[in-house]
Amino acid sequence: MKLKITLLASILGASLSSVALADINIGVSLSLTGPGAALGAPMNTQLQSFPKTLGGEKVNLIILDDASDPGKAAQNARRFVSQDKVDIIFGSCLTPTSASITPIAAEAKTVQISGAPVGAPPEAEPFLFRLPQGFDVMAHAMMEHIKSKGIKTLGFIGYADGYGEGWLKAMQPRLETAGIKLVDVERFARTDTSVTPQALKLVAAKPDAILVVASGSVAAMPEIALRERGFKGIMYQTHGAVGPNLVRIGGKAVEGTFVVSGPATAAEELPDSHPSKKASIDFVRSFEAIAGKGQKNQFAGHSYDFAVVMEKAVPLAMKKAKPGTAEFRVALRDTLETMGRTVLSHGVMNWSKTDHWGYTNETGIMTVVQNGEFRVVK
Amino acid sequence: MDLAIAGMLTVDGLTNGAIYALLGLATVMVFAVTRVIFIPQGEFVAFGALTLAMLQSQFIPGTVWLLLLLAILAALLETAQGWREAWPGMRLVRSVASLLAFPLLACLLAIWLAPKDLPLWADAVLSLALVTPMGPLLYRLAYQSLESSTPLVLLIVSVGVHFALTGLALVFFGPEGYRNPSFWADVFNLGPVPVSGQALIIFFTTLVLIVGLWFFFDRTLYGKALRATAINRTGARLMGISSHTAGQLTFTLAAFIGALSGLLIGPTTTVLFDSGFIIGLKGFVAAVIAGLSSYPGALVVALGVGLVESFSSFWASAFKEVLVFALILPALWLRSGRTGEDDEDH
Repeated sequence: MKLKITLLASILGASLSSVALADINIGVSLSLTGPGAALGAPMNTQLQSFPKTLGGEKVNLIILDDASDPGKAAQNARRFVSQDKVDIIFGSCLTPTSASITPIAAEAKTVQISGAPVGAPPEAEPFLFRLPQGFDVMAHAMMEHIKSKGIKTLGFIGYADGYGEGWLKAMQPRLETAGIKLVDVERFARTDTSVTPQALKLVAAKPDAILVVASGSVAAMPEIALRERGFKGIMYQTHGAVGPNLVRIGGKAVEGTFVVSGPATAAEELPDSHPSKKASIDFVRSFEAIAGKGQKNQFAGHSYDFAVVMEKAVPLAMKKAKPGTAEFRVALRDTLETMGRTVLSHGVMNWSKTDHWGYTNETGIMTVVQNGEFRVVK
Repeated sequence: MDLAIAGMLTVDGLTNGAIYALLGLATVMVFAVTRVIFIPQGEFVAFGALTLAMLQSQFIPGTVWLLLLLAILAALLETAQGWREAWPGMRLVRSVASLLAFPLLACLLAIWLAPKDLPLWADAVLSLALVTPMGPLLYRLAYQSLESSTPLVLLIVSVGVHFALTGLALVFFGPEGYRNPSFWADVFNLGPVPVSGQALIIFFTTLVLIVGLWFFFDRTLYGKALRATAINRTGARLMGISSHTAGQLTFTLAAFIGALSGLLIGPTTTVLFDSGFIIGLKGFVAAVIAGLSSYPGALVVALGVGLVESFSSFWASAFKEVLVFALILPALWLRSGRTGEDDEDH
């Protein structure tokens, strides 16, 4: 039995590594199972419409599941760089899983394009590019709105993880400069059975507005609890909550909530002058053709943007080197840094040698939930 | 903190505690009869809540396919065993039929009724009918052939079953969470403390179930047979009590309690495919502190766990889980001193 498995594995391995050299191999590691599945699954769905060829060369997408587990993500990354010799790595969708790919990609001098807003040590930074907006970009848009509403005190309830922490860190200095007091900071986890105690404490602190930092269907939970406990003030949600699930679960409780968002999910609502309007409408059309009407979401947008980036960068890099070589991988990195403004569904990306986040402060937009739909606040 | 807030926290804590109590009781019961530390107990909670949510939105719930899958696997296993041991034809047909009959019936019923707009209670009953048969099927698939193994082996099997079920739940229910409509949306005021109808239903159901379990174990033949198995397996077998039947019956009860807890908790929180684990784990904490042997002990500790959770969420929400699970350490420490000489294996 063991012999059989070994044989099978080596045959599989041989057939995988025999992909023609000139092909463009892309290693994709996403969380298709585990707690991050809600993020990884739509990204994977959108990859179905990834171009079959780039710059005239055949594309091989090698998609692996990292099970929301940093260890598994690192394993996938090792496989990509040593066995598949990929030209570029795309993934993951969670901050911890992305972070564990970063050092391996950097060591192999292979570009990693992350679907999560992940930081990196300086030595790994040259090969890491991010597609999502950083917390700062989104916090900027949120602060502008908070200031315009004349809010003096803010309550905070967020995930007890990197996402909650990132938002808190991005908001704190901005609130301080604006003279807005953060009256209470509460935490919760996505599988909690109740957030009533946190809601009680927040309501008792009497803030003008409360910011909820959570994702998808869980983001509605604190709002429902707060409204049940009689909170009447303004509610804010982050871009992790954008999507049909907030409204599906939250119903009436989330009406009038302000949700900061990237442009991708607000496609049709964007003013004609917005540079991403065309790209985001195209994204929504292509995603909903596969996933069904009303399913558009933030994360699938990153997969769309990844395709846009690759369509632009690969032909440029191919002028310098042949795919499958170490020179090509470095050329790809240089191209990403120098190719200039790229219009994505999530905004205008402008990566440079010193900035691998790339979005400007104008990227985040504010939407409001009205009759169960996200409307752009003009 | 004033009295009103303390009151609200207490109600919230006791409501969750009542759910943990049900799961804790199930854990104690399963361990007493089969010596299985049943980690996947919480999975039934998620299955129950998600099944009801999908029935309410008039989809055929993923539970149907999961149940069919389990039933077919169990039937194959049974056939293989019957063939290997050369059972007479009638016995094979009968035992396979008894494995398949109820799951198939529940599935057909669900496929027929799912697209119809049924009242909430009918969907709830249907959810119970879909999740409960998973219990005995799981026992048949994962545990029955290992019945006489050590508790450690059974524990490792439980961990495997937990991972398998979470993975299957993702496949059949999808990654997004659901929240069910309340069974009783009215809110009553107990002085300054609002108590929701749903909380009353939770308390009442827990009470009924506990009395029901007591009646079952104390007054019925099947209950007494389970107790006999719990006290002495070999002795019970000599008296003609089948350990297969005892195990399957226990798992049926465990699945029923789990699914019922899911129905109860569904309206108060967003339930995801993997929510059950952490809920079940809190019931498990209660069961362990009660020494995996005392039903009243598990009940009291579970209510305590709910209260600790509620008050620590209020004071230090970032450390809530830390506080709840740190409870288990001193309790184990104290217990290990006292029960060391216990040579019965439950």
